[in-house]
Amino acid sequence: MELFENLLLGFSVALTLENLAYCLLGCLLGTLIGVLPGIGPVPTIAMLLPITYVLPPTAGLIMLAGIYYGAAYGGSTTAILVALPGETSAVVTVIDGHQMARNGRAGAALAIAALGSFFAGCVTTFLIAGFAPPLAELAFKFGPAEYFSLMVLGLIGAVVLASGSLPKAICMIFLGLLLGMIGTDVNSGVARYDFGIPELQDGIDFAVVAMGVFGFAEIMTNLELRDQRVDLTDKVGKLYPNKQEFSEAWPAVVRGTAIGSALGILPGGGAVLSSFASYTLEKKISKEPERFGKGHPAGVAGPESANNSGSQASFIPLLTLGIPGNAVTALMIGAMTIHNIQPGPQVMSSHPELFWGLIVSMWIGNLMLVVLNLPLIGLWVKLLTVPYRILYPAILVFCTIGVYSLNYNVFDIWMTAAFGLVGYLWVKLKCEGAPLLLGLVLGPMMEENFRRALLLARGDFSTFVTRPLSLSLLILAAILVVLVALPSVKQKREEAFVEDS
Amino acid sequence: MSIQIKNRQDFWSGIMFVVIGAAFALGATKYSMGTAARMGPGYFPFWLGVCLAALGALVALNATSAKAEETQVERFDFPIMFILLGSVVLCGLLLNYLGVYISVFLLVFLSSFASHVFSWKVALINGLFLVLFVWGAFIKGLGLVFPLWPSFMN
Repeated sequence: MELFENLLLGFSVALTLENLAYCLLGCLLGTLIGVLPGIGPVPTIAMLLPITYVLPPTAGLIMLAGIYYGAAYGGSTTAILVALPGETSAVVTVIDGHQMARNGRAGAALAIAALGSFFAGCVTTFLIAGFAPPLAELAFKFGPAEYFSLMVLGLIGAVVLASGSLPKAICMIFLGLLLGMIGTDVNSGVARYDFGIPELQDGIDFAVVAMGVFGFAEIMTNLELRDQRVDLTDKVGKLYPNKQEFSEAWPAVVRGTAIGSALGILPGGGAVLSSFASYTLEKKISKEPERFGKGHPAGVAGPESANNSGSQASFIPLLTLGIPGNAVTALMIGAMTIHNIQPGPQVMSSHPELFWGLIVSMWIGNLMLVVLNLPLIGLWVKLLTVPYRILYPAILVFCTIGVYSLNYNVFDIWMTAAFGLVGYLWVKLKCEGAPLLLGLVLGPMMEENFRRALLLARGDFSTFVTRPLSLSLLILAAILVVLVALPSVKQKREEAFVEDS
Repeated sequence: MSIQIKNRQDFWSGIMFVVIGAAFALGATKYSMGTAARMGPGYFPFWLGVCLAALGALVALNATSAKAEETQVERFDFPIMFILLGSVVLCGLLLNYLGVYISVFLLVFLSSFASHVFSWKVALINGLFLVLFVWGAFIKGLGLVFPLWPSFMN
């Protein structure tokens, strides 16, 4: 049983004291930022990236992954107690979760969310362990042409499944790819678009872009909204769901997990889409759909399980193909390259301890979240009362210090401020930052594979469509675009995200 | 016949993409293009820039069509933007001369003015607390190397 041997290796890595500690730290940090509205996992991971320089790669990645799924947990707490989604993935949890809290069942809602997420986390961990090796096997058959087409599919998938205007999102991808061109060209050694500034010859660090566009710009938009509506339910009540709630919740948990893992594997799917899909499904198949919106346990259980399995399943394309599906996994790619680990199918064979350790740590992290978060709920509730005017200067300090420690150069601080400025402009123009970040991370990889593919084909562009694997990937990408452009689907897609505003 | 810009958000985004795409494509012509089989450093960015400009033009054109959804570009809050980014830029300017403690304190204190509920006391205490935190977590804890105190004191 190779799977069990591998998992055993994973446990031996993840259960070392150091890795356990970083897993716990990541989970706690994730919950913290998940609970606090106004700061998400993307700027947090970007802030902490430079710090992982000093950690061993496995510990660093375990901590960053912990932040990601911890944030999903914490986000639901805020959604239930304050009716403010701490994370976008918790937007639908607000609907029924907060109603349950108002009905005096806050504790039960929190427990259902936590236990549902834990169940989803367990299933998805096994799914990753089972699915990753065959996928990686397939990826070894990929040549440069296939990799290029795969990245096209990944980028297209990421924007098709996300909300917002499709042409604008594709433009943001191109812009990201172009920003990725800045710096020294590896093939010719020519410094491109450096304007004679030595700092630009190393390229623009994606942490700088992430902190500027996601961190600084978010602070500015938050500060604009002056009214701080707070509808805090601090009476948590009994932490255990009663029999009826339990029997209504568990089938939704199972369905939510299935939806989340299926959508999470798709690039761009991940947490947000799966929670919306799960809520819609639960409402559709329920015998009493009129109870949704009034505190139906399934309305908490389904989306919460779905978003947790979705966020974890998005690690499958990351770990096996080296292709990020969303902004967080794009940052994880960056974290791997910081430690000289080339993301891709070879990670599993060249760094098995990292690969399996990370997977097992996700399961352990989920367990920690259940054991810690439910008893600590009082503490998180207190944190909710920290005013934003104290919070945002702290975020600024962490961003500034984090960015400076990338290269110990103040130039990076100014660059981040500049990206904060354009990020603010993009918020006003409703241009999304996530596709830009994906493009920036994939840009150099894409150019490299594009060049190599055409070098092998002696400049014949048909190489991308004559190789069957590459062709099928491109066809898939084309189908995605066409599907979304169809008027009926377009309308459905807009409906699905209508609550996300 | 006059063109009506209905979707202002999309229109200005499109213009921005056209300008940036054209600038990158133009910049790429400075580098050697090479051939498809042996690409020079200019090849890939040139075509990326062209694609971006073309798509951007499409976005801008669509925004002027009669069917386009009507949107406005929200007003910029310049004071918030100026205070926030200004204090970050200033922190970067001062870091090497005044050291991390003083510049972090100034960053917290000055950026606090961006909130509509500014209070001297809260800003000062928050500043001191975050300086302590930076000392504890980043300098003692993680051992990051910063210029600590003003350069004239050393």
